[in-house]
Parts: sequence; structure tokens; C-alpha cells
Amino acid sequence: MSDLFTFEDVSVTAGDVTILNRASVRLPIGKLTLLAGESGSGKTSLLRLCNRLDVPTSGQILFRGTNLLSLDPLELRRRVGMVFQQPVLFGGTVSDNLHVADPSATEERMRDTLRLVELPPDLLDRVGDDLSGGEAQRVCLARTLLCEPEVLLMDEPTAALHPAAQRALERTVQGLRRTAGIEIVWVTHDIGQIERMADHLIVLHAGEILYTGSPANPDATAALARLGGEEGS
Amino acid sequence: MGQGDVNALGLTTSLILIGVALAISFGQQLRLEKQLVWATVRAFAQLIVMGFVLAWLLEPGRSIAYSWLWVVGMVIFAAWTVRNRAPEVPGIFPVALVALTASMVVTMGVIFGLSIFPMEARAIVPLGGMMIGNSMGSTVLAARRTADELKDKRSEVEARLALGHSSAQAGKPYVRNAIRTALTPRIESAKAAGLVFLPGAMTGLILAGVDPVDAVLVQAAIMYLILGTAATTSVVIGLGSLRRLFTSDHRLRRLVRESN
Repeated sequence: MSDLFTFEDVSVTAGDVTILNRASVRLPIGKLTLLAGESGSGKTSLLRLCNRLDVPTSGQILFRGTNLLSLDPLELRRRVGMVFQQPVLFGGTVSDNLHVADPSATEERMRDTLRLVELPPDLLDRVGDDLSGGEAQRVCLARTLLCEPEVLLMDEPTAALHPAAQRALERTVQGLRRTAGIEIVWVTHDIGQIERMADHLIVLHAGEILYTGSPANPDATAALARLGGEEGS
Repeated sequence: MGQGDVNALGLTTSLILIGVALAISFGQQLRLEKQLVWATVRAFAQLIVMGFVLAWLLEPGRSIAYSWLWVVGMVIFAAWTVRNRAPEVPGIFPVALVALTASMVVTMGVIFGLSIFPMEARAIVPLGGMMIGNSMGSTVLAARRTADELKDKRSEVEARLALGHSSAQAGKPYVRNAIRTALTPRIESAKAAGLVFLPGAMTGLILAGVDPVDAVLVQAAIMYLILGTAATTSVVIGLGSLRRLFTSDHRLRRLVRESN
């Protein structure tokens, strides 16, 4: 069985800056993969390659065994949804926001989707500006779910949330994985989150893959400790 | 002084207000003195050249082909100006050239096809200049605002792209804002015409002794054409910029804001 994503010798450069340096890594199917690394390590860049918001300078990326560049980018992005670090709400109500993802979505379907992300269905008529950070992030998640993705790319989705909201969102996403069978790739630099969530861990440092494998492996602990040490120094 | 005659003393006197502007700029540390002086000198030099060119073009027996050639030159210069003023939009020059050429063909077609003015050098060059000059401002603004909107709202645009929107869909709300911003001054100016200010062509005609009502009719025709031309070119440039600011696989290019 092919992997969810396979990165083969992938580099990303911007001018003279190397963001990702010849990264070769596999993201397995059926495992919740966490990408960890300090700021600027290339973890978000790696994630953005998965739905072609960015493309590699060299190397190849496979999605379920198919070259990503051979797929229609618009169809790919609906199959591989993304939730960003800062919740991005467009103007108007929650209902308006959900309609951006699917203009034909019925009110019943939107209410069901809000329930799925553990938001009250009567939130539909609320204006986006009135929502808390946690609620806004859940609306973003609901909006992405309306595209019926098979994969969710989560780019530090809890970074702007307080601890209780962080845990709640983690539980929601893990629930989605169990009930809807959605594959999750989650970016973080929170060690606690790795311990709570990761089935598979990829650690990046300065654009290179430092570790890939089980989070329980002592080498994973050493890689994370190295990051912690360098960030603290 | 007679009708529209300005001698050297009159011209010098008119510079008093430039002096006032320089004093304000210096006093308020706006650092606009150099630009003000450069703009004043450059405008004078350009107008002098234009005066001689017009005199040459208007000589009896001169072919109007030269006047049309001059208009072509103005279109190319205007497109080049758009390129220089909106450098963050890659490949904007051909878009601006096509937009300005198309609107010029339509506008001049209406003016001369419907005999609003006779097709002669004294009408072709000034009218062409007015259309292009007025469109150029809106066009530059449309291109720059489109780039700025997409840069400022990058996170929103990418959130839309991540939902499977095409670049045209994802950029639509922002290019719409940009076009509205570009056209608002032109629309406001049309709304205030006659109440707050007297437009240039009309003022010129009245100063030259033409009956004010006739001058108003000429100005109205010109204003409608300017508004139509500015709207057409702004929309084409806005949509053209949108296409240029995304890649063919619907990714938003990295945009670097210009300092000016």
C-alpha cells in the first residue's frame, strides 16, 4: 500500500534561502502524523507542499502514489483540506463563511457540520467578528469539512488558543479521524501535543529531516530534546 | 491680457503658489521640495514640447496620420508608466497596452464615428491626450490596489485557495475592491462637476471665448467618454493584474510592496 504523502529529495528555495533541503520522508496512511520543529525549520513549508499552495524547487511529491503535480490543483485542495495557524474568517456571518466552501450547502447540512466540530448549530447567524478564537478556528474547520476532504492539514491550529480550547480542538480532530476516517497531518512545536496525539512523528531542523518514526522511540526524544536545547540557547 | 493670453509675467506670477507649496513642504518637513520643483520644471518642459508638436501637427496641409501616430506614442508611454508605477505586477505592460489601445479605439470611434468632433488634428491629439491621461491614473491605481489588496489579504486569499477556489474566484472580492477604489475619484469628480469645480476642457473653452453653454455640452461629452474609458481600462487592468499575480496552477505569487 502506498503512503499518504511521499517526499523524494524535495527542496524548496526562495532566492538564496533554502527552506527545505533535499527532504525525503514518508507520511503513512492511517497514522496521525505530527510535524515538529522550531520556527523556520520548514514544517509549515512541508505542509503547504501537500496541497500545492507551494511547489518544490526540485524533487518529487507523491499523494497516495501519484505525482502531486499531475493532479488538478483545485480538486487536490478539496481532497486535502487545510486549517491555518490563525483562524481566517471572511466577512459576514458563520453561514456566509460556510457558503464560501460550498455555496449550495443547505442550512441542515451546515448545522450538522457545526455539530461535527462541536459548535452549537444556532451559531450560523452569528457574525464572525463576535466569535472567540477557539470558536473561529472551529468554524474554519467546519468550513474545510464542507469540502469533504480525505486529508486535513492542520498548521499549528491551536497556537492562538488558550490551553482548554487547545485540548478541546485536539479531541474534536481526533474524533473526526475516528468517525469520518479523515487522515490528519498536524504541525506543532508543542511537546505535550506530540505526546498526546502523535502516532507518527517527523522532526525538522533548519530545513532538514532530523527524525522520522514512532514518537515513542528514544531517538525521537533525543531529536526533540535537541530542538528544545537549541531553541533555549 | 486678452482671451487666454498669458505672458511671461503672468506665468511667473502663477508660480507664486508653487512657492507657497514649497514653503509648506519645507516648514512641515514633508520633503516634497525636490519632487515639487522637478514636477513643475518637467510639466513646463513637456507642455512646451507639446505646444511645438501641436503647432507642427496643426499646420495646414499636414496629414492627420501624424496626429494618430502621436496618439499611438501616448498609449505606449501610458502603458509604460503603468508598468513603472505598478512594478509588483509582473508582465503588466502588455495588459496595459491592450487595455488602453482597446479603450482608445472605442472612444475615438465614438467621438469621430458619431461626429461629436470633426476628425482633424486639433481634435485628435488633445482628446486622445485627455482620454489617455485620465485613464492612466485610474489604471495605475487599479493595478497597484489589486497587488496591495492581494498582499494585505494574503491569508484570506490562501484560505479561499485552500477550499479549492480558482485564482479568479479567490481574488474576485479583492480585485472588486481595487477597481472600486480606482474609479471612486473619477466618479466623485464627475458628480462634483459644475458644482465644486469646472473641468479643464470647459474652462479652456470659456477662457477662449466660447459660449459657456456650448462649452458645457462639449465638456459633458468628454466627461462621459473619460468615465467610460477609465472604467473599461480599470476593469481590464484589475482583472489582468489578477491573472498575473497568480500562477497557472492557482498559487498566489510572492508580492513585494514598493516603498513609494
